[in-house]
Formats: sequence, structure tokens, C-alpha cells
Amino acid sequence: MCLGIPGQVVEITDSDACLAKVDVNGIKRAISVRLLADAGLGVGDWVLVHVGFAMAKIDEREAAATLDAVKKMGQAYTDELDAFRSTGVS
Amino acid sequence: MKFADEFRDPAAARALVKSITELAGDVGDGEYKFMEVCGGHTHTIYRHGLEHLLPPSIELVHGPGCPVCVIPMGRVDDAIWLAGRPNVIFTTFGDMMRVPGSGGSLLEAKARGCDVRFVYSPLDALKIAIDNPAKQVVYFAVGFETTAPSTAVTLTRAKELGVANFSVFCNHVTIVPPIKAILDSPDLRLSGFIGPGHVSTVVGNRPYRFVSEVYGKPIVVAGFEPLDILQSVYMLLAQLREGRCEVENQYSRVVRDEGNPAALALLAEVFELRPHFEWRGLGFISQSALKLSSGYADFDAELRYSMPGLRVADPKACQCGEVLKGVIKPWECKVFGTACTPETPIGTCMVSPEGACAAYYNFGRLHRETAALVGTQSVADGG
Repeated sequence: MCLGIPGQVVEITDSDACLAKVDVNGIKRAISVRLLADAGLGVGDWVLVHVGFAMAKIDEREAAATLDAVKKMGQAYTDELDAFRSTGVS
Repeated sequence: MKFADEFRDPAAARALVKSITELAGDVGDGEYKFMEVCGGHTHTIYRHGLEHLLPPSIELVHGPGCPVCVIPMGRVDDAIWLAGRPNVIFTTFGDMMRVPGSGGSLLEAKARGCDVRFVYSPLDALKIAIDNPAKQVVYFAVGFETTAPSTAVTLTRAKELGVANFSVFCNHVTIVPPIKAILDSPDLRLSGFIGPGHVSTVVGNRPYRFVSEVYGKPIVVAGFEPLDILQSVYMLLAQLREGRCEVENQYSRVVRDEGNPAALALLAEVFELRPHFEWRGLGFISQSALKLSSGYADFDAELRYSMPGLRVADPKACQCGEVLKGVIKPWECKVFGTACTPETPIGTCMVSPEGACAAYYNFGRLHRETAALVGTQSVADGG
């Protein structure tokens, strides 16, 4: 029930009633975008969908930045190991 | 799926687990206890076996953030009572159908002939009301601040359209009071929190400041994919190792500091705080739940019907309370997997996919030691 799934806006079907059609993994459905009425939502935007409502706009740049940070965190250990291997008291 | 698959990359996960293990250092088992407040996180952790990948020094403790699980039995009985009123169509999320009340579940009420229908969205419930003007349609509203705005929009729509045969049995709860209750509980010594992601799309990051400022615990608001959880664990550890204690946001692709102002404004218009509300396992917590405000009283099922409103104690064998507080693990409950299974649940935690017991039953039943071995092996293989 608490799941939120990413969907892409494919059509603003009724701007007065705040309805839009989103594509979630190939399945299209009308949802309410009333909670993002002030977000200037347009076709092509990605939103987080929960119980038939767009809850938040997904920020593509932030998503990329997070993945980048994940990689860097994993990299720290590899770098440390490399450094460990390559140096030593002889 | 975009914004999901790339956050499930096994190689990145393995590298991250190594960094986490390194950062945790050589300390005793269970030195770091991080509570994931949200049931969605619990689901991800068991589904992807994350707890077995982490070093033994890090223990993930499951928290009270599953709205289905925290509904007390008396409220379920009230829902079933409502479903049994003549001329009523009772609408609910599918998760609530099998939650046991003291005399059976909504699913059993449906089998007895009550008109109980499950809906994907509260707007679907409103549509049923519009399509059936001769019937009374009651919507069973459950959920934290994630779900409450959807009920709020539905109610404003019902008011605009003048749908007089629609009402809401409101059981919405708020996230901060149970976190406070957990922090005040003497049972647990937590090192930090993996903060709820989707609740925070609505409330933002600011409501959690008390966790670091008053209680001195770090909290990282996290997304729901495996890499999100692992990264949050890393961020919590880094705070502890660096002597910091802050509210951090790992889920910045979705959660803004200020939350969703439009949703918050709607919540303020449509709801008001109840003086107190009973939580399964946590007892009565003041100002922890929502009821309809006076402007929407006409749609309040609790005012439209004289519900029994009885308080019902949980079954003695059931230890959902302790599971919800993180005091015991699902498999430590006396009836786990024997008398209590997803098919015949005794307690709420075995019903919802976000409940710790159901998540563990469905994904984590591989013997823990074996799983730990497999986890270690896969990490080693990845190196």
C-alpha cells in the first residue's frame, strides 16, 4: 500500500481537474496530479506515484548525483586496498 | 524500470557493503543498531537479503512504520461493523482485507455477504459512490502522511461535487509521535534511524530535527531500492564515526527539505489532530492521528454511524507489539510461521507486505546462518 512507483507523464488529460496519464513500466493510467498543482508538471516529467496520486516530481539530476555518490562510497574501499597493496615498509 | 533498476546494481551493492564493513571497523556484533522506521524499507531489506550482506556489527531493527500493522484490533472491528450495515458498500485498500479483527477479517465479512470492495485509490471509492447514489459508500482510510493527502484530495472533490453518500472512516496516523515513543522507550538502544522516504515527500526533512537535536541520534531519510538502503547505512555510520549527528537526505531525487507544501496545506484544511489514538504495540499516543476537520464533518463516518468503538486487546499469543517496537525479531515470536502465517495471520505484521513478519516469512526464511554464509560468499565472490 505504501509503495511509490516511478511513472512518466505522457499526457495532461484535464488540467482543471488535475488529471494526467502516466506510464508506469509500460502500463498507462490516469492519476491525480492535484498534489503537484504548483510544480509546473509537463509531459515527459517523472513522478512518484502512490495510490493514484503523483506525490513528488523525481529530480533526474539528483538521481544521477545519488548514484555517483554510491559509486564513490564503494570506490573508497577499493582505493584503500590498492594503496595498501602498493605500499609497505621494506 | 527507470529510477529503480540502476539502484539495484549488484556490483555497486557489493562495493558499498565492503566500504560499510571497513567503516564499521572491528567492533562487537550488534554494536550499531539502526532502526528503519518504514515498513517499505523492511520489505526491501528482506526481499533483497540486505541484512545478511551487512557485517554482524550492524543490526537493522524494524520499526513501527507500517500503517496496516499499527491499526488496533478495535478499529478493525469497527470497520467490519460498518461493512455490515445495511445498504453500505465498504471500500478499502487490499492490504486491510485480511487484517484480523476479534471476530474475523473484512475478507470473511465479504464471504458472509457484506459488500466489501478493495480499491487502488480513494478516488476509486468516490467513483463507486457517484455510480451508486442509492448506496452509502464508506472508505477505510489508513496510512501515514504519505497516504493522508490522497484522502484529503478525495474529500475536497467529494465536497465540490456534493457526493452526500460518501464518507470516510479515518485512521490516518502521523510519523513523528511513534518515533518519539520509540526514543523514549527504555527497551531499545538505537544508534540511529533510517528515516521514512515517502512520508518525507510530504512532510520534508525538518520534522526529524528533534531526533538529532534533542535525542542526539543521526537520521538519514532513505529511498526504497537496495542501494538506497545501503548508502543510508553508510551515511549513518559515517556520521557516527565522524562524531556528527544530523538529519541527512539520501532520497534527494524525491524528497525536498520543505516536503510538499500543497499536500501539507490540504492536510491542514481537511484534518485535525486527535487528542490521542491507540497504536498496536505502542498503546495510546497523544496527538498521533488525524480526524476530519469541522469543515468536513459531514463526511466523517464516525459521526454518521454510532460505531461500537470498543477497545479490544490483542490475542495473547501475538507479539506484534514487540515486533513493531523492534524489541524482538519476527522469528522470535512464539507463533511465527506456525499458528501465524500470511494465509492465516494472527497479528497485523503477518498481513501487510510491509509488515516485518510477512516480509521475513516471504523472503527471509532461508535459515539465517545459511543465508549469512551465502551472503558472505557472494560478497567474497564479487571481490
